[in-house]
Amino acid sequence: MRRLSLAAAAIAAVGVAPLLLTPFQVTLANNIGIAALVTLGLVLLTGIAGLTSFGQAAFVGIGAYAAAYLATVVELPPALAWLGGSPWGGLALGLALALAVAVVLGAVTFRLAGHYLPLGTIAWGLAIAFLFGTADSLGGYTGLSGIPVLSLFGVRFDSGGRLLWLIWAVLLAALLVTANLLDSRQGRAIRALKGGQLMARSMGIDVVRAKMAAFLIAAAFAAIAGWLYAYTQRFVSPAPFSLGAGIEYLFMALIGGAASIWGAVVGAAVFILSKEWLQDLLPHLAGRTGNFEAVVFGLLVIVLMQHMPDGIASAVRRAARRARRPRPPSPAAGDTAAPLPMRAKPRPGEVILDARGITRRFGGLLANDDVSLSVRAGEVLAVIGPNGAGKSTLFNQLSGVDRPTAGTIVFRGQLAAGSSPRAMARHGLARTFQHVRLLPELTVLENAAIGAHLRGRKGLVAAMLRLDRREEAQLLAEARRQLARVGLAARCDDRAGSLPLGQQRLLEIARAVAADPCLLLLDEPAAGLRFEEKQELAGLIDRLRCDGMAVLLVEHDMDFVMGLADRVFVMDFGREIAHGRPADVQADPAVLEAYLGADA
Amino acid sequence: MNLQVAMLLGQSGITSGAVYALLALAILLVFSVTRILLIPQGEFVSFAALTMAAMQEGRPVRLGWLLGALCLAAVAMDLIASVRARRRPAVSRPTLWLCAWAAAATALSMLLPLAALGHAVQALVTIALIVPLGPLLYRVCFQPVAAAHALVLLVISIAAHVALVGIALFIFGPEGARTEPFSDAVFTVGPALIQSQTLWVVAVSALLVGLLYVGFERHLYGKALRATAVDRLGAELVGISPDLAGRVSLAVAAFIGALSGVLIAPIITIYFDSGFIISLKGFVGALIGGLASYPLAALGALVVGQAESFATFWASAYKEVIVFTLLIPVLLWRSLARTGVEDEE
Repeated sequence: MRRLSLAAAAIAAVGVAPLLLTPFQVTLANNIGIAALVTLGLVLLTGIAGLTSFGQAAFVGIGAYAAAYLATVVELPPALAWLGGSPWGGLALGLALALAVAVVLGAVTFRLAGHYLPLGTIAWGLAIAFLFGTADSLGGYTGLSGIPVLSLFGVRFDSGGRLLWLIWAVLLAALLVTANLLDSRQGRAIRALKGGQLMARSMGIDVVRAKMAAFLIAAAFAAIAGWLYAYTQRFVSPAPFSLGAGIEYLFMALIGGAASIWGAVVGAAVFILSKEWLQDLLPHLAGRTGNFEAVVFGLLVIVLMQHMPDGIASAVRRAARRARRPRPPSPAAGDTAAPLPMRAKPRPGEVILDARGITRRFGGLLANDDVSLSVRAGEVLAVIGPNGAGKSTLFNQLSGVDRPTAGTIVFRGQLAAGSSPRAMARHGLARTFQHVRLLPELTVLENAAIGAHLRGRKGLVAAMLRLDRREEAQLLAEARRQLARVGLAARCDDRAGSLPLGQQRLLEIARAVAADPCLLLLDEPAAGLRFEEKQELAGLIDRLRCDGMAVLLVEHDMDFVMGLADRVFVMDFGREIAHGRPADVQADPAVLEAYLGADA
Repeated sequence: MNLQVAMLLGQSGITSGAVYALLALAILLVFSVTRILLIPQGEFVSFAALTMAAMQEGRPVRLGWLLGALCLAAVAMDLIASVRARRRPAVSRPTLWLCAWAAAATALSMLLPLAALGHAVQALVTIALIVPLGPLLYRVCFQPVAAAHALVLLVISIAAHVALVGIALFIFGPEGARTEPFSDAVFTVGPALIQSQTLWVVAVSALLVGLLYVGFERHLYGKALRATAVDRLGAELVGISPDLAGRVSLAVAAFIGALSGVLIAPIITIYFDSGFIISLKGFVGALIGGLASYPLAALGALVVGQAESFATFWASAYKEVIVFTLLIPVLLWRSLARTGVEDEE
């Protein structure tokens, strides 16, 4: 309902705007609309996926030059001649080129640490701007002029007002598909990037693909904006696509608030209006002309980053959230959804995970020395040991994060040593983290649904066009079911960050179980919990065991483990020192010595 | 192309490559200590070159205004920070030292008849003016968010660069400037003519690279600086102040930038916004070294210098395109050499 009324209001505002605004204001509104479209891509990229590009202006330039080139150059190269004359040809060429560049840039930077993409886009943005200025066929520094009036489906966009309708219609459509995307399985995959790549990969998310999706969408929005720019100005030259312009787009995203899609519109409007105002005002103050508004914006962004790193729109939204009364829980619409298919379950007692002779060396340090263990369906195996015993190293190798120096891991009958966390997730391993890794800004339900990522199939385009609703309802219903299983049904619509630690750990388990795993790895699930919370957790793990799940947990808390585990595996100095039923292990002299010292 | 042209291009490539190498090392130093990708590194270069040119032409040196403004901001931030921490309002000792240094350097630049004094004095005063810019920038822009995500630091870095370029236009004007070479002597070695400025650049760069190597690989203080990059809290616990480490690394970066500016000013014309492109080539060098290895970064920067020089000969209009596109195969190689996906932070 809220979405519909918002959309209606926006359409009405755009509809009447050309009638109420002066021609100069219409021009400003058109500039804002085009800039907001570019900024929207950056919001998706920077605020939501946690990547940054300084080179968006170059993508705008590619879109603009493609349109201008096809529309103005008389003798096109034979390969492009069939596209000439039609604005759609320009749009297609611009999009194709921008996406091709984005694929190359993404492919070479997304496997590297986070600062390579921004630096790559700086270099690339500079190179493209130089190219526009030097290529003779693109008019050099004088650019290409004489672009005809845009005409689509027989409508001539020959006035500022008509262009305003077109630009803002495109912008609203882009906002809509972006909002749709964020509210989907693919959108959650992109948002999960901010929770640390390990978490995303452990949920089976293809991190490089998710980054690429965000980068391609941002490039596409920029190229479409460039196409609109070319037909609005009817003239293109290199200057508006320089690296400096790319930095301005980033500033717009940051000023507006990179974490909300409305921040794109707010940021573009604030930036363009205040730039207009500063360009009138500052030369009077400084006594001469110059690029003084750059100084103001530079300082503004520094102060903003220091005090309000989420930008204006996010600050407003947070204030609104504080003011608003808690929303009533959304109706469990998903309950009617058909359940997702489940994987074939192992028989009770079947060996799920079998590790033999696991040895891991870090230089001279032997962190794991010939460790062998196995877990069966329907049992809880606890790995315990004093600090530095090598439990975490073992955990990392079992979950596919780390590769053993020697030894084999067989998971559900397949060799798994050194395969990736994603591959392990696909084969039915789910895990939680010692330091809770949730997305605090997302709801509890959305966080849990990330766990079910691999159980959906729908792609980006389906998500943007809302063709994924049936599957989405199934995924959310599954997430809701698992939240009910861990006792969080009442908190589905709360922000994950607002839960106390104990419930956050339960949410991590719900997220893991939503993947329909046959083996659950829990990394110190009881750490930092109060007594009642521990009892609740033990009850939950017990229920999971009864449902046939194999559970392997690494834990410090002896009381918690002894009351819960079927078998206990005790490590010290990287080696197994005892293994068996809790009562037997508790009486084992080697265990007593490891925990209490030789005199005990 | 004959041998003589090749020698000439090679020489020009070595000269600019040596400067890029210096900048690559400064960038790497700042990054490895503070996690900041110091985009304004190039502004140290252009500010130094333009300041020295102003001295030689007898125009007033106006950098003092920027230093004064930064000092005021630093003092104000110190006062606010101490009030927020519920202590007596006070200005920290490093800030006071910086202000004193900036005031002294500004006074020298105003009182000395710089146009009449030789190159050496001009260069020294220029460097003395530029060096406090580094720590002041750190105090004002980065220190309040030193523990933030690397992305925040990068954004602040680029914003500081944008602001500094605007300020440079105000202070130095839009005209380009070139300084007089240290000496006009030209040596003939076999078929090649070697300009003495080239020798100056190469010698000073080599000396500085050596000093940096000894300082960071061998000396305890260098190791302490690097420790703060690995683990801020851990370094603090063993008595290394991350803020001090940040200021020191920015001071070294500003020093290297100023020196590069003084060295390169007689060779190319510098404008208020030239610093960015120059430092970006240092970045390309540093990236070739994976933002981790000092020798590889220096080597990468030399490669960039050569690529640029020979690109000028073959396709002069496309020289920047070629240099920056060089980054793509480098990134590809690094990307393929990596098996997994690097985690952030």
